[in-house]
Amino acid sequence: MFDQIFFGYCALMIITSGLLAISLRNPVHCVLMVLVLFFHMAGLYLTLQAEFLAAVQIIVYAGAILVLYLFVLFLVSIREELQLDAFIPNPWIGRIIAVGMGVGLVYVIPAFTLGEKGAWPEAAIQELTNTKALGQELFTTALLPFEIAGLILLVALIGGLVLARREGAGPLDNDEHGKKQEVAS
Amino acid sequence: MIPLTWYMALAVVLFCIGVCGFLTRRNVIVMFLSIELMLNGVNLNLVALSHFLESLRGQTFTFFIITVAAAEAAIGLGIAITLYRSRQTVHVDTINQLKG
Repeated sequence: MFDQIFFGYCALMIITSGLLAISLRNPVHCVLMVLVLFFHMAGLYLTLQAEFLAAVQIIVYAGAILVLYLFVLFLVSIREELQLDAFIPNPWIGRIIAVGMGVGLVYVIPAFTLGEKGAWPEAAIQELTNTKALGQELFTTALLPFEIAGLILLVALIGGLVLARREGAGPLDNDEHGKKQEVAS
Repeated sequence: MIPLTWYMALAVVLFCIGVCGFLTRRNVIVMFLSIELMLNGVNLNLVALSHFLESLRGQTFTFFIITVAAAEAAIGLGIAITLYRSRQTVHVDTINQLKG
């Protein structure tokens, strides 16, 4: 009973904050709504005995990715954003597509049947703890994908660095810019 | 005990909220946020199935999806910064140079 009430609370908060995140005008408020959503997602992961992923959800998603979003939002001017329309000129087409897809997908859910059970019943995971079991799975069956994930992060790091650096800017560019401003003033 | 269909229905709703945001917002950064919502819907589905199938493969998948989401956010936001530097806007309906 408590489980179901907790699920209902989390689902309500996720749907509400998700809807607010795509409809609020100020992008900073959108990011903060997504933060609320991620915390409740972590709560749902806890009900599914995925403690490690709940921690990763908060640390990586809420702690790293959303902070990156906030930084970029502050680099991009949002002051004039507040006077503009937040939606594209005819948003109802997109909304109808989304609602139609949702109705279709919910309609086919009851036809879903579970396949055969895997090798990790709940008792085995509880005996070994979730993190240890996930680590064993990750470093034995999924070792190569794990290495490739590290490579993807490296590529993203280099790509982000190359994209964000100004073209033709030397390492002393900021200092020179500051000096020019001082001379001008 | 919460039935599996509740989780799947919630994942569908979350995914569709993400699709709606992606199709209707003008700001590129909010569009990236909508992609995060969609990825989270898929993650919820995978974790729920991994719990109900008594297998850890779904959680491993979710782990990799979070990695790819972080990489996508870094690259996408780098593109957004470059876009803002050259065009002074991050609105998708003003970026129509290829339209001729």
